[in-house]
Amino acid sequence: MTAGIDLGHPQAQAIRSDEDVVRVRQLVRAVAVAVKLSLVDQTKVVTAASELARNTLVYGGGGTVEVTTVDNGRRRGVQIVFVDSGPGIADLDLAFTDGYTTGGGLGLGLSGARRLVDEFQIETSAETGTRITVTKWSR
Amino acid sequence: MALSAEESGRLAALLGGHAEQVTQRWTEIVAGSLRGRLSQAELRRQVQDLHSAIVTTSKQGVIDLSAENAAELRAALSELSRGRARQGFSATETAISIFALKEVLAGLAEEAGGATALRDYVAFSNLVDELGLFTFESFVRTRESLIADQAEQLLELSTPVVKLWEGVVAVPLVGTLDSARAQVVMERLLQTLVDTGSPYAIIDITGVPAVDTQVAQHILKTVVAARLMGADCIISGIRPQIAQTIVALGIEFGDIATKATLADALRHVLRLNGVETARRQPRRDV
Repeated sequence: MTAGIDLGHPQAQAIRSDEDVVRVRQLVRAVAVAVKLSLVDQTKVVTAASELARNTLVYGGGGTVEVTTVDNGRRRGVQIVFVDSGPGIADLDLAFTDGYTTGGGLGLGLSGARRLVDEFQIETSAETGTRITVTKWSR
Repeated sequence: MALSAEESGRLAALLGGHAEQVTQRWTEIVAGSLRGRLSQAELRRQVQDLHSAIVTTSKQGVIDLSAENAAELRAALSELSRGRARQGFSATETAISIFALKEVLAGLAEEAGGATALRDYVAFSNLVDELGLFTFESFVRTRESLIADQAEQLLELSTPVVKLWEGVVAVPLVGTLDSARAQVVMERLLQTLVDTGSPYAIIDITGVPAVDTQVAQHILKTVVAARLMGADCIISGIRPQIAQTIVALGIEFGDIATKATLADALRHVLRLNGVETARRQPRRDV
């Protein structure tokens, strides 16, 4: 898996099942290793990707993920974009409250994922679904 | 892409009339592509089966692979691809066994000549394509069922509950902890607790690459279930990067004892039981 990563192009992966969540984790880990993130940061970004991929699957009804390497001149990083065309998130503030869940989880996935990465952007609406972009920079 | 009755009749005549020549040439082509990984006799038998299935079906008139009367032909094709998939041949090598018939037919059509030869060849060729695609699909289906079997075997393999000490059992978790595996782990652990009457269980997550909220939730549920049965759980194998991730995520393990290594967890349990584990001092020569 790691050997075949072409860093020049974004790596896309569909999220349709639990197995795809595992694939997303492996893909993100491979890219994180390739941009030389520390072991702690690798684990953090992989865990954040796992949370968001599962949200995409469970709440967004499936979607896609795109993993790219980014470079701001000084540092390299991993950028992951999750897109679904689900019902969107009605109340963002509530969704980011620790312990709040509409499913059966711990209610920490979304808020926890935001704490695990360096940059976190979310666009959501009932019409177009949800798009989350996260970035983790190497130190 | 079905063959009309007349075309089928001509195909039956073409293949049936030159049976020996067809199977001979067909076997040669396929044998060439498989490079001796299948015995000549077995290959010949497979080709003869296919040949007779095609001839029988085409004698009955219209060949339509999805029709009732093509059942025998479908069975022969499925049989071939199942065998190939299980023996580890590639999809291409499997499909070539069918597509080789095109080359045979081309040779025959050339010999026969006549006004309809070209049009017939195109129609036959389309039929062979259809047969090839069918083989392909059966091949993929077989492979998928193989993979599903293996996944199930893996599920069985990867969740042993081991006895570490009198009254102490441990579950070394390895790999991804999805819902299905978490369920298996919980069942195994609870059953082992009953069977051995152990008051302590250690869940070791050294082999889990990422602990996200779902994994944490599965572990927490297992711990609560074990507690309900009167057993105490200790979670071990929490590496530095996992610890930092758990903190950032905001997961709380509450009053569940956690340790960095399995050895620490075992020592912790033994101490609770009043067993002293003294480190032996190296003897010094005076």
